[in-house]
Amino acid sequence: MTDLSWLVPLPVVIPLFSAGLTLALYRRPRVQPIVSVSALTLVLLASVALLVLADDGPLVVDVGDWAAPVGINLVADRLSALMLSISSAVTLCVLLYSLAQGRDDDEESAPISIYHPTYLVLTAGVANAFLSGDLFNIYVGFEILLAASFVLITLGGTRDRIRAGTIYVVVALLSSVLFLVALASIYAATGTMNLAQLAIRLPEIDPGVRLVLQVLLLLAFAVKAAVFPLSSWLPDSYPTAPAPVTAVFAGLLTKVGVYAIIRTQTLLFPDGRLDDVLMWVALATMLVGILGAVAQDDIKRLLSFTLVSHIGFMVFGIALSSDAGWTAAIYYVAHHITVQTALFLVVGLVERVGGSTSLTRLGGLAKATPVLAVLFFVPAMNLAGIPPMSGFLGKLGLLQAGVQAGTGLSYVLVVGSVVTSLLTLYALVKAWNKAFWQSPSDQPRPVGMPFGMVGPAAALVVVGLVLTFAGGPLYSYTHRAADALRTRTPYIYAVLPDGQRGEGESAEAADEADAVAPDPTPSATVGGDGS
Amino acid sequence: MIDMAPNLVLVVTIAVMFTVGVYLVLERSLSRVLIGIILLGNGANLLFLVAGGRAGRPPIVGLEPEGQMSDPLPQAMVLTAIVITLGMTAFLLAMAYRSWQLNRHDEVQDDVEDRRIARLAAIDLRAVQDADTEESGQSLDEEAEEARDETDDRREGGPS
Repeated sequence: MTDLSWLVPLPVVIPLFSAGLTLALYRRPRVQPIVSVSALTLVLLASVALLVLADDGPLVVDVGDWAAPVGINLVADRLSALMLSISSAVTLCVLLYSLAQGRDDDEESAPISIYHPTYLVLTAGVANAFLSGDLFNIYVGFEILLAASFVLITLGGTRDRIRAGTIYVVVALLSSVLFLVALASIYAATGTMNLAQLAIRLPEIDPGVRLVLQVLLLLAFAVKAAVFPLSSWLPDSYPTAPAPVTAVFAGLLTKVGVYAIIRTQTLLFPDGRLDDVLMWVALATMLVGILGAVAQDDIKRLLSFTLVSHIGFMVFGIALSSDAGWTAAIYYVAHHITVQTALFLVVGLVERVGGSTSLTRLGGLAKATPVLAVLFFVPAMNLAGIPPMSGFLGKLGLLQAGVQAGTGLSYVLVVGSVVTSLLTLYALVKAWNKAFWQSPSDQPRPVGMPFGMVGPAAALVVVGLVLTFAGGPLYSYTHRAADALRTRTPYIYAVLPDGQRGEGESAEAADEADAVAPDPTPSATVGGDGS
Repeated sequence: MIDMAPNLVLVVTIAVMFTVGVYLVLERSLSRVLIGIILLGNGANLLFLVAGGRAGRPPIVGLEPEGQMSDPLPQAMVLTAIVITLGMTAFLLAMAYRSWQLNRHDEVQDDVEDRRIARLAAIDLRAVQDADTEESGQSLDEEAEEARDETDDRREGGPS
């Protein structure tokens, strides 16, 4: 096999480079879209290639050719590659959608010249967080995507967006500080930030300290992933942003947090001591989230609450700590990214045609625009988990894994997920009845739906359906991913072939490291020898 | 094996910064929250210095004996974190200013929509009016009665 690991950094490098390019081209609003669309298309191709290649084993790149524990490394294993492929497909669709919206609408809701660079930086940050094999680099990835998301959520700087953005920014910064504290403590305890080396060293330290580190990391990620009780910022801040921005946030940003939870729980803390706590948290997230959704009468807020509630499903799968649980959780993440993004894009169309997102004022859309009705109905039923769609497959996998675990708590969670699914169905059917069947209070304005907006939204709906039809291969792929996560050795050996050092150039240091290798405690030489 | 006993002065400073930071973040005014976040962030940066172990000589190979160098990795990470905090602070400052421009204050406001829903719940009203079932505003009994007694005089105020 030829060495194709040069593909690994591309999903980070291409968007960052094009972000600079589009920023330089801010006076050329016609060239900007071409640059960003082609950049994201290339990223999609690279990610799909990685998806295929990573199935044979993780691909590792030591950045700058520095050996692994000293330098930063990027790792594409099955989990990262799958997340990356789904997310780049979604970002490309959302970009196309926003372009069409920008062409048709006024400046305020439309992409202004800063939109393209920021959006590209956002995708680079997401890719960096997915690919990073270094805990501190994950932090950097988070910060990149957060900084971009701050700009996107306050786009235009209107009163509403500033109000909602304030809460979002402050909460995000607080979680970053928590993450930093966790990183500092981890470095103090183990003397490394490299995920693979951490996986080797963490079991050797005091179990009490390890528990503290685990809790700190989980808290930081739970804020980002919007896990109850750290979720209340989400339904407040997301709905005010422009439709494409909300869509990409809802689809991706919380899932980056979920990915980080999966990665750390499986690789760093495989003993699963917090699983019971996570189970309860998952139950609370599901129920509180969906009850919030039932109470809403604004369709964007309703969807934001269902987003929170369905994070609970993923946490449930992670907390099961079994092959089956992780398989289902990873599949569920892939399914949820596409479906939630598709729904928010369709709601953007609903807002455009109906002139509002309030369910009291919307009405009669089924008759006015049958295409829109279909586009809403399919992902809505998919989210609720109606067979045979991908939501059903994901939920079925989770329920099976829960029953397999067979503890009392897991049965409680199984019942909780069924109740949550039913309530999701109720909330979405209510939204459907109001927006599409209720007789309209006033005649809908005759607004055309540009194909540029319908096309990408439809494409995402179709991707959701493809996840169903390709359910078999995809599920076995996530199963292999979960299997690799459980054994942990493929990841560790890919990064540190001899258990000590990566393949980068620091032969001299490697000799020294061999000399001091048996000493697992942090030593000044380990840090200082990256020459 | 190196000396990992933390410097007490640093630890006390970190504790003070975190205490003050948490207090300020809980304030309503965005500029105070901003100062709180700066304090918290710098407290975390100091924590990294503690995590690096005992302070030592500059970590330049060939210039200093290797055993006496301080660990450069946490310093590199602190630098990164400082730069990131700087950018975030600038953004937050701009947002506080914009909020002041729009509202003449920089208070962090409540979730308006949430308050509306909560108020509806408090007086037990429906958040959503069902146009097809609730438009008459009468109970099922009244409706049924009306449907049966077609020949009787209409009740006053009943919608047709």
